[in-house]
Amino acid sequence: MFKILSKEKLAPKEFSFWIEAPRIASHAKPGQFVSVRIAETGERIPLTIADFDAEAGNIRLIFQVVGKTTAAMSQLEAGDEIKDIAGPLGKASEVDKFGTVLLIGGGIGIAAIFPILRKLKQLGNRVIAILGGRSADLVILKEECKEFCDELIITTDDGSLGQKGLVTDAMRELATRGEKPEQVWCVGPSIMMKFCQLTAKELGWPIWVSLNPLMLDGTGMCGCCRVTIDGEIKFACVDGPEFDGHKVDWVEFMNRLAQYRDEEKISMEKYAAEVGEESWQ
Amino acid sequence: MAVEQKTKTPIAEQDPVVRSTNFQEVCLGYTADEAKQEASRCLQCKTKPCMNGCPVGIDIPEFIRALREGNTDEAAEIIAKYSCFPAVCGRVCPQEKQCEGVCTVGRIKDCEPVAIGKLERFVADTALEKGIKVTPPKENNGKKVAVIGAGPSALALAGELAKKGFGVKIFEALHEAGGVLIYGIPEFRLPKSIVAAEVEKLRQLGVEIECNVVVGKTITMEELRAEYDAIYIAVGAGTPNMQGIAGSSLNGVYAANEYLTRINLMKGYKFPECDTPSKRAKNVVVVGAGNVAMDSARSAKRLGAERVTLVYRRSVEEMPARIEEYHHAVQEGIEFAWLTNPVEYLGDEKGKLTGVRCIKMQLGEPDDNGRRRPSPIEGSEFEIPCDLVVEAIGQGPNRVLLDEAPDLALNKRGYIDADPETGKTSIPGVYAGGDIVTGAATVIGAMGAAKKAAKAIEEYLTK
Repeated sequence: MFKILSKEKLAPKEFSFWIEAPRIASHAKPGQFVSVRIAETGERIPLTIADFDAEAGNIRLIFQVVGKTTAAMSQLEAGDEIKDIAGPLGKASEVDKFGTVLLIGGGIGIAAIFPILRKLKQLGNRVIAILGGRSADLVILKEECKEFCDELIITTDDGSLGQKGLVTDAMRELATRGEKPEQVWCVGPSIMMKFCQLTAKELGWPIWVSLNPLMLDGTGMCGCCRVTIDGEIKFACVDGPEFDGHKVDWVEFMNRLAQYRDEEKISMEKYAAEVGEESWQ
Repeated sequence: MAVEQKTKTPIAEQDPVVRSTNFQEVCLGYTADEAKQEASRCLQCKTKPCMNGCPVGIDIPEFIRALREGNTDEAAEIIAKYSCFPAVCGRVCPQEKQCEGVCTVGRIKDCEPVAIGKLERFVADTALEKGIKVTPPKENNGKKVAVIGAGPSALALAGELAKKGFGVKIFEALHEAGGVLIYGIPEFRLPKSIVAAEVEKLRQLGVEIECNVVVGKTITMEELRAEYDAIYIAVGAGTPNMQGIAGSSLNGVYAANEYLTRINLMKGYKFPECDTPSKRAKNVVVVGAGNVAMDSARSAKRLGAERVTLVYRRSVEEMPARIEEYHHAVQEGIEFAWLTNPVEYLGDEKGKLTGVRCIKMQLGEPDDNGRRRPSPIEGSEFEIPCDLVVEAIGQGPNRVLLDEAPDLALNKRGYIDADPETGKTSIPGVYAGGDIVTGAATVIGAMGAAKKAAKAIEEYLTK
């Protein structure tokens, strides 16, 4: 069992937990994730490790309510326990001293970007970040990211914070002013990652994307999370989750993400009916 | 030599029509009278070929003798000397290739061998029902052994060493102990309550089990080596092979590991009461003809499939599955396309599977393993429409632990290079056994390896 030490609502449907998990905290590296199961009848879901404190033995998970399990998770409070957390899983980000690096985070993906961004700064890189969201309240972890950034650009669809527009607009503006990052990282909704990759390709920038396919065990045992990279089948849980964005088969990736949409809907509706008020909104 | 009853004593089974809609156990087991009757078929021959046919060398005639005399407890004690999990092995061992395959009775004209597996199961189930408590050893010898994995080999080793007073701790990556017994083998063949009871017995012996620990990730091999006197690696062959033919990533194409893990470990057949969904398809094609293929096909039927076709590139003669599973599958209406191999999965514009293009095969000369090599017949391609495919074509070694332990020597096939007699690896104090050494094989074989390794570890730590 893993005890929730604190809970915070970061945005509508977006929550943060600090959780006691000493073994995971002392072995975690930026880019890795955990597999979480909250109940005996529960499913296992992958969540990126948004932060970790090896000394205190705690990890931070930030999640968005997208289905039954995340909705049920949002109902847990500090002091409650999570049944199962396995990790840290997946390969760590290939961080190094590159020179100038660009980190692009969209929505809940900002949580995954943060530990990579911090590490890159600590390694002595010049760090530029673009954080995007539909509106101001959905751009999370601004302060945390700012602390480890040389430049922080915020974009919102409605212009309620930062510049109005998409993260790809900000990428182009950086290129226009002559920036040429040695390495780009992008984590966010799949459609955003795809367009960031296309833009990066146009601009000639190398880009890592962190893929979040459906996952079952998360330890390379089942093949649920397979993705096609450069024409080859890879398991995101053990070969990833980060891949060279220019090699990802995006159409297949997005098709596979939608595989259980009907069942996800059934599950969510059943749960919403059980709890009544949707307090996570 | 005369045997009064030529065929095995019939055993109660769920009716095929009824059982193909539920996940309850197919075989209901012998009653005490039936078991006694079957036990009386044993000739008690002096040569005991069955004992040699058993990978853990159970004194089969001896336990059958006790059973015949009405001493089920004694029979259980005899089996327990050799095997930790008779209730499991009685159900999943390929007896026709082991003990029953060499049974003297089976060699007599028109006679079937003694139903050794079913008798083992009866003895084990009776003991489990009685709930005989195991008593932990009086003294702990102070030596600590870490076991990586909680499948059959790991559990067997833990049991062996715990009985001898070692402090044993199991580290399991998943959220539950049992390995392939709980994620791979379906409820209708091996009820999870049986596995849970066996695991509970280990706990009573003092074995500690910690789940959610992925060794190599959550804790490193070095950390384990610093804390424990010896380590046993039994992480299984848990990575699915896929043919990699065109269309392999279409929605509806599954590796058997995923298909069965959803159903067995995550109880996907109970969706939405349980959160993990299992797809319910109309037309299912299963590729392969081993036990995993049979399990997948029969599970698909239970999830409501109208038609389930198993395709195999060889013929029924070469089928690797247990004969009982094949018979059960036939009874349940599974169709078989022998000498058939998929060449491409077909899909629609949304990336959803619509069918399999197959090619007919023919058998040529025997290969290195003595099995006739299949080759495609040109121009024989045809399509099977389907909305779900399960590839059950074997497993490979899981890389997670191996990648994090670079000084652990591997063999040509990528499995751990371990001495078959002792389980010794290239690292002193580190032993390995089961599928991570041999490649995917049997539960009993994995347990046999554990017994040998337990002996070797005992010698290593007490010499």
